[in-house]
Amino acid sequence: MPDTAVDGAPGRTGTTGATLEVRDLTTAYGPVRALDGVSLTAAPGRITAVLGANGAGKTSLLRTVSGLVRATSGTVLLDGDDVTTSAVESMVTRGMAHVPEGRGVIAELTVEENLRVGALFRGKVDRAEFDRVYELFPRLTERQGNPAHTLSGGERQMLVIGRALLARPRILLLDEPSLGLAPRIVAQIFGLLRQLVDAEGLTVLLVEQNARSALSVADVGIVLNLGRVVATDDARTLMADEDLRHAYLGF
Amino acid sequence: MEQFVNVTLSGLAQGMIFAAFALALVLIWRSTRIVNFAQGSMAAATTFIALALVQAGWSYWLAFVVALVSGFVLGAVVERVIVRRVEGGPELNAVIVTLGLFVAIQAAVAIIFGSSFQSFPAPFGLEGFSVGGTVIALTPNRLYVIVAVLVTMGLLVALFRFTRVGLAMRAAAFGQEVARLLGVRVGRMLTLGWGLAAVVGSLAGILIAGGAFVYPAYMDSLIVFGFVAAVLGGLDSPIGAVVGGLLLGLALSYVTGYVPGGSSLVNMTALVILVVVLLVKPGGLFAGTVARRA
Repeated sequence: MPDTAVDGAPGRTGTTGATLEVRDLTTAYGPVRALDGVSLTAAPGRITAVLGANGAGKTSLLRTVSGLVRATSGTVLLDGDDVTTSAVESMVTRGMAHVPEGRGVIAELTVEENLRVGALFRGKVDRAEFDRVYELFPRLTERQGNPAHTLSGGERQMLVIGRALLARPRILLLDEPSLGLAPRIVAQIFGLLRQLVDAEGLTVLLVEQNARSALSVADVGIVLNLGRVVATDDARTLMADEDLRHAYLGF
Repeated sequence: MEQFVNVTLSGLAQGMIFAAFALALVLIWRSTRIVNFAQGSMAAATTFIALALVQAGWSYWLAFVVALVSGFVLGAVVERVIVRRVEGGPELNAVIVTLGLFVAIQAAVAIIFGSSFQSFPAPFGLEGFSVGGTVIALTPNRLYVIVAVLVTMGLLVALFRFTRVGLAMRAAAFGQEVARLLGVRVGRMLTLGWGLAAVVGSLAGILIAGGAFVYPAYMDSLIVFGFVAAVLGGLDSPIGAVVGGLLLGLALSYVTGYVPGGSSLVNMTALVILVVVLLVKPGGLFAGTVARRA
């Protein structure tokens, strides 16, 4: 796959996406079960959207997959390898980048430094890769030397996605990227995500409360309710299922 | 005028040491949200190691290097073995642990090296330079103190700004979870941070000892002054620690130099400064505008 498959996309040299398989995953915080036997698959070249109301277990799912929270039972397989008990720090070297909820910029570091942290584990990284992220998000170029706490919500989201891309992930976990953003910016970010996935075969597991936007960009939708999967289907099919939408997705 | 220059010069030299000590406190606070009350006795321990080596015939400089290296090891071990268990827990636990370490290390120093006063060598002269026939309060040793602290600060700035490990340390300090998700070995970075802070603390300990007497508790007052300096500058700000240290050094020097009986008011002055800062600008002079998530 050529390096310039997407105009301005970070230089990914033909790495394809990773397959994530979650089997019967249960995660509990004390007596409260946040995930209750969740099984799902996220395939390369596809955006898999996990939808559901507040408290449905969406964030817990991502946090368990990346190892920030330990599963009570069940397994997480990345390209067939069991990573259920792998250290959080090792996930990025296995090709998984998790963008946590709340726009996890490191507020005290500058925009440029935040991006550099994304590439830290890879050792020396070609400057051109940074330039491509700036091309992808021109707003960040103007803010390059500013501390991240001066950024707007949209800019922060761009920064964390750009930072995750510098880790050259094969699978990207995104937690509520649309939270608090103007619809125009949400559309822009989702459009970009689609481009990256189509051009590079990246795997995306997207957690969203904003089901309408998420389903419009996703290939597959998974609906969670109280820690259980209540529906898994083609995004378009879910979009058309009025009863399901009313019952779980609020639109 | 001459007195003013002299009082200012000695205040600066003193302030540099406060600054170094405050910087060590800030480095630890910034990354682990813990005030390391044991820093003084840790520095005393390494200074006594240096003293033992000097007494055994080693050169000052070799002993100096060994002291700083053992400071690093001590800081790293203390974090990894003891403090790690209370990191992220209730704040009071960490306070009690570092206070306990303070007492324990000081007692260990007294047991190993004895609790009598011993004179510590100064690597440079203690006679003031003479400018136009008058001897000023700047001695070669004080100049060395100032330069040593400045060089150390420059190295730290370079480390944090320009190196990958420095960036990883800052990422680990400011955004632990994000840093872990991006593959930064946060635990290792915190250990490294404590080690470095202990080096800076040891530097302060060995510099203030030069040409003076040391005993196991000789760093106790420096803990107070270093803490006041750190709070004055803002516990989160390394630059604040340095400026706070210099300001405090100058303030105390002016009190000693100009107020009759001032030398007995030094501790009181430090306390007043601490209270005023906490009342008027609790975040310190260099308080960041960023609200940190705990």
